[in-house]
Amino acid sequence: MDRLSPRLEPVAGWGRRLGRRGRVARPERLGAPPPAERCLLARGLGRAYGDAAVPSSEAALVLETTRADRILGWDPHTGRLRCEAGLSVGEMLRLFLPRGWFPPVTPGTRHVTVGGCVACDVHGKNHHRDGSFGRFVERLTVLVADGRLVDCGPDLERELFLATVGGMGLTGLIVEATLRLRPVESPWMAVETEGVPDLAAMVAGLAASARQWPYTVGWIDCLARGRALGRGVLMRGRHATCAEAGTRAPAPRRPWRVPADAPEWLLSPLLMRGFNRMYHWTHGGRPRQRLVPHESFFYPLDAVGDWNRMYGRRGFLQYQCVVPRAAGPGALSRLLERLAAAGAASFLAVIKDCGPAGEAYLSFPLEGMTLALDLPYRGPATEALVHDLNAAVIEAGGRIYLAKDAVTRAADFEKMMPRLKEWQAVRDRWDPERRFRSAQSVRLLGDPE
Amino acid sequence: MRVAFVGATRGMGRALSRLMAERGEALCLLGRDAAELAASARDLEARGAAGPVQTAPLDLARPAGFEAALAAADEALGGIDTLVVTGGLLDPSEALQRDMARLEQLLHVNFTGTVVLCQLAAERLAARGGGRLCVFSSVAGDRPRRSNYLYGASKAGLSAFLEGLGHAYAERGVSVLCVKPGFVRTGLTEGLPVPPFAGEPEPVARTVLKALDAGRRVVYAPPVWRWIMLVIRLLPHAAMRRIRF
Repeated sequence: MDRLSPRLEPVAGWGRRLGRRGRVARPERLGAPPPAERCLLARGLGRAYGDAAVPSSEAALVLETTRADRILGWDPHTGRLRCEAGLSVGEMLRLFLPRGWFPPVTPGTRHVTVGGCVACDVHGKNHHRDGSFGRFVERLTVLVADGRLVDCGPDLERELFLATVGGMGLTGLIVEATLRLRPVESPWMAVETEGVPDLAAMVAGLAASARQWPYTVGWIDCLARGRALGRGVLMRGRHATCAEAGTRAPAPRRPWRVPADAPEWLLSPLLMRGFNRMYHWTHGGRPRQRLVPHESFFYPLDAVGDWNRMYGRRGFLQYQCVVPRAAGPGALSRLLERLAAAGAASFLAVIKDCGPAGEAYLSFPLEGMTLALDLPYRGPATEALVHDLNAAVIEAGGRIYLAKDAVTRAADFEKMMPRLKEWQAVRDRWDPERRFRSAQSVRLLGDPE
Repeated sequence: MRVAFVGATRGMGRALSRLMAERGEALCLLGRDAAELAASARDLEARGAAGPVQTAPLDLARPAGFEAALAAADEALGGIDTLVVTGGLLDPSEALQRDMARLEQLLHVNFTGTVVLCQLAAERLAARGGGRLCVFSSVAGDRPRRSNYLYGASKAGLSAFLEGLGHAYAERGVSVLCVKPGFVRTGLTEGLPVPPFAGEPEPVARTVLKALDAGRRVVYAPPVWRWIMLVIRLLPHAAMRRIRF
C-alpha cells in the first residue's frame, strides 16, 4: 500500500441521498498490508446507488481503488485477464473490444470497477443464459482483516471466495481478480425491439426471447394502469457477426453532462407520463431490427454524464428486487400496482428474467423476474414505499439488490437472504472484529458504527 | 521509439508509459521495486507495447548502478533512443526543515541522481548518433515559494541543468525536453490541498508526448501553467512576500 495521506471528504452513493464524510485515500497500489486502521472500506467508481460504499463513520478509511488499475496478465488465446481491482469495465472495453473480447457480464454502466463487479456479483442482460459476474472469476486476491493477502477461487479457499463474491467488500479488500472475457466478432449489436401491451405479454415475451437471444431486457411504463399495467418495450440483442457489421467501428460517443441539479417540476407525474408515452410510442408496434453500437445497447445512461443530477437536489432511491418464478406473474403485478398507487413515477422501470442463482452466499439474482425502479426521493413517503415493496417481495420469496439498496431494514433483509447465516459464519472467521464495514453493513448487519 | 523509462510504475509516468505502449513503442522499465516493475511491464504489454517489456534495477539515489542499468536497457531494447525520467520525491518545506536526512535524500534523488543519470545517458546517446531525453522537472523550479522552496530548489537546479544539457549536446543529435508539471493529482500529491488548475495524469501525459514528438525543449502541463508561471515570475519580491506565496 502507498504511503496514505487520507483527507476528510464527503462520500455519497450514486443516488446522492445518503452521504457521510470519511477519510479518503487513493493509493496507486493495494497489495501491501493496510495500516493499523480500525475501520476500512473499499470504494471503486461510486456507482452503488445507496450506502454500500459510504463509510460507517468519519473515522473510517475509504480506499478508493481506481488508481490501482493495471493489467497483470492477458492471454490473447483464451481471453483470461488478470488485473488489479480498480480496472473499470469501460477501460476493459476500450482495450479489449477492438481485439474481439467483451466482458462476460456487464451491468448497465461502464463506470464500475472489477472489484465492484465482484463485490456486488453484478448481473447483466444475459443472466438467463450466463449467470452473474462471479461465475467468470477464476481467482481473487483478497487483503483480509489480519493484513494477509489470501488467494481464493472456486477451488481454493472456496468459502472465502463464495463470501467475497456478492459480499459487498465486507470480507476484505479485493486486490486482484482473474476472469475470462468472451470472444465477440464485432463491437456492434444486432438488436430487436418490440412493443408489448401488458405484463403478461412482457413476461411471455421475455421467456420466449430467452431461448434465442443472449441478451434480453424489458422496459415498463410504470404509469400505465388497469389493463395496460406492465405495458412496455421488449428489447433483445446479440453480438453482431463480422458479416453483419462489416469493418466500420462505431463512432465514439461524447457524453453530454447535466449542467446543474434539475428542478423538481421536471419530475412531475404529468411530464413523466408524457415521457413514458413517447417512449412507448416510438418503440411500439411490430418488431424492429437494427444494428447499434454496443454502448447504446448496454450503457444508454452513460451517454449522459452525471445523470443522477436529473433527480434534483433531493436525489433518488433506486430499488431492485427479484421474485422467484414460482411466485408467478401475480407477484410482479402486485409490485407494479403498489408503485402506481403510490404515484411514485419512475423514468425507468426495467424488467428482465434471471436464470438459476449462483453459489455465492449473498448473490442477488435467483431464477425468476427482476424489476428495477428509480424513485425520486420525496421524503419519508418514498422510504415507506420501499418498505411496502419489500413486504411484497418477502411474501413472494424474493430479495433485493444490495448495490441499489439504501433504506431496507435489517429484519426484512434477514427474511430475504436464506444463506445469510452461512455468510456471517465465514465473515466471523476472516474478520471477527468487523474492520471492513460500511454504512450499509451497519444498517443491515448490525455492525458497530 | 525504444524507450528506457524511469518512473513508469506510478502517477504521470504510468500514464505516459501507457500512451507510449498503446501506440506500440518498445519499452524497458527501470526502478527500485522489481515486483512493481513487473506488474507495470505486464500492463504495458497488454496495452500494446512492442515486444516483451523488460525491466532492470535502478535507484535514483545510487548513481553507482546507473551504467549497469543503462547497459541493461540498451541490451533489452537493442539500443535506447529515448530516456524518460519521471521519478522524484516531493515533500513540503515544513517537513524537510526538520528532517535533514530526508532533505538530503530528496536533493540527492531529484537533483544529483537525475543529473548524473541524464549526463551518462546523453553521452551514450550522442556516441550512437543521437536520441532524446524527456525529464520531469516542475513549475516549482521556476520561482521559489515558502511552502516548497526546498523541493523547488532541487527542480530549479534540474531545469537549469536540462537547458544547458540541451545546448551542450544539440550538435551531437541529442535533444532534451524539460517537462514542468503544475499540480497534478497523483499518488505523489495525494493528501495535499488541491489548488485551482490542478491536472490529471492522462491529459498531462498527452501534452508531454505531443511535445516530445514535436521536439520541443520545454513544456508546461497542463499547458495553462505556462501562463500562470509567466505571471508568477513577473511578481515583484515584495508582492510575493505580501501574499505569503
